[in-house]
Amino acid sequence: MANEPKSSEITPEATFARRREFLKNSALLSATAAVTGGGLWALSGGALHARRDDAKQKAGEGAPSSAARPRGRYDTDEAPTSWDDATTYNNYYEFGTDKGDPAQNAHTLVTRPWTVRISGEVEQEQTVDLDELTKWFPLEDRVYRFRCVEAWSMVIPWLGFPLGKLLERVKPTSRAKYVAFETLLRPEQMPGQREPILDWPYVEGLRLDEAMHPLALLAVGVYGKPLPNQNGAPLRLVVPWKYGFKNIKAIVGIRLQAEQPRTTWNLAAAREYGFYANVNPAVDHPRWSQASERRIGELGRRKTLPFNGYADEVASLYKDLDLKAAF
Amino acid sequence: MSTPLPWLKPGLVVGALAPLTALALQAATGALGADPIAIALNRLGLLALILLVASLMCTPLKLFFGWTWPLRVRRALGLLAFTYAAAHVLLYSVVDQGLELSAIVADVVKRPFITVGFVAFVLLVPLAWTSTDAAVRRLGFERWQRLHRLTYVASSLGALHFFLRVKKDVSEPLVVVLLLAGSFGLRLIARARSTRPAS
Ligand code: HEM
Repeated sequence: MANEPKSSEITPEATFARRREFLKNSALLSATAAVTGGGLWALSGGALHARRDDAKQKAGEGAPSSAARPRGRYDTDEAPTSWDDATTYNNYYEFGTDKGDPAQNAHTLVTRPWTVRISGEVEQEQTVDLDELTKWFPLEDRVYRFRCVEAWSMVIPWLGFPLGKLLERVKPTSRAKYVAFETLLRPEQMPGQREPILDWPYVEGLRLDEAMHPLALLAVGVYGKPLPNQNGAPLRLVVPWKYGFKNIKAIVGIRLQAEQPRTTWNLAAAREYGFYANVNPAVDHPRWSQASERRIGELGRRKTLPFNGYADEVASLYKDLDLKAAF
Repeated sequence: MSTPLPWLKPGLVVGALAPLTALALQAATGALGADPIAIALNRLGLLALILLVASLMCTPLKLFFGWTWPLRVRRALGLLAFTYAAAHVLLYSVVDQGLELSAIVADVVKRPFITVGFVAFVLLVPLAWTSTDAAVRRLGFERWQRLHRLTYVASSLGALHFFLRVKKDVSEPLVVVLLLAGSFGLRLIARARSTRPAS
């Protein structure tokens, strides 16, 4: 008798069933929560930014130390954006439309050997190897503000040479009024070019006097290092008083011509993206107010400056132009 | 008898709020990348829209498969959608715009995609407000139902807001539009069937 449990210790049938029911319901509740949470997380792109760490590795080394050097005539003294942000947050549709895509995908691009075709209204058309071309001029550091049409901005220490020096050297003819640029077309290495998102290859252009302006730079590096592929390697344009999309990347063609060049975003949506695309807080884009911007790395917004703060240098180029119409 | 599927609604609510918690954690630890505000805004907006579309799928599921469980979570899905929409709008007004009223008004008036999102949100407010049983009783079922048809308008505007925002690749908004169109279409088919005179 001593081995039999006391009657008070016998679980009544009903309690037992209730406990089983409770365990079953808890399990089902947890499963529902997991499926709902996981599903929503995946659908809303929660995993996208978990990729940031391997993007960093693909982008190569960590942050380079910024060598101290005297501030140049065109440098801003604002703090540069972090290397991590500048190399993982890129609009470069050749490698995908998400801003993290280029850092993921651009490593497939082979940037050597690389030649640039200089053609059109020049004394002598030529195709130059990039390693040759970069020996023509000393490389200069330029710390510029960079303003995207999507109302965010960065500060980037570029390494490059003035576009004007190249143009002087190849000697435009008197008929040359504009410069047209073209990006590499190589869908095998640029996966975005396999999708008809834009009319490939990407093309851009400047008026000749804009191109000759000393601020206009052809960059081959950032932060004292060669350009990472996602930032436009091996050769890109930097025109800091214009919106980011004017700053064409992976350039293979530079053509001088009498007519205004076609430009990719203008072809895609003429009402939204003009040929000039000068940073102008007074002319709004239908989707983004241009009055203010968010500096990457900061929370609040800053007021956007006319010509991205380069008005003293470049405003005179446009004194005969209605900037509201010629946006 | 106790409610059937007692685990369904609490499980769904806990699960659906998890992304909000995770997002807050990511924001706090700097895991959202270079432009955390834009990422969080997009994430919250997208979650609001997904939940809104999900809430509109409940009725067609009942009509076509005879399932009743979706109806048990319909209200919760709608309220969760509103929660995310409210978080989206709060983040925009407080952090992105720094509560600068003139800038917000200018945005709502001048940027069509914000105008559309604003109207969508304004329509969601009375729906969330009248989501209780007491509100149904107070309004009477007929009027309550008519009011809640605004969900169709709000979700369509939400989808349009998404469509207008995207720069070039419209595939994601298109999926939302197709799902919404499907849910509306199925309702119309069901209605046509039930009103067809019996022969
Ligand atoms: C006052 C109301 C609203 C305002 C001011 C507003 C504002 C915004 C802004 C500024 C963005 C773009 C963020 C960026 O790209 O940086 C955005 C995106 C978005 N919003 Fe709203 N929104 C509003 C209401 C809503 C509502 C009610 C919904 C859903 C029902 C919604 C769904 C979305 C979606 C799906 C996106 C895009 C997400 C993506 O691209 O992944 N918004 N909204």
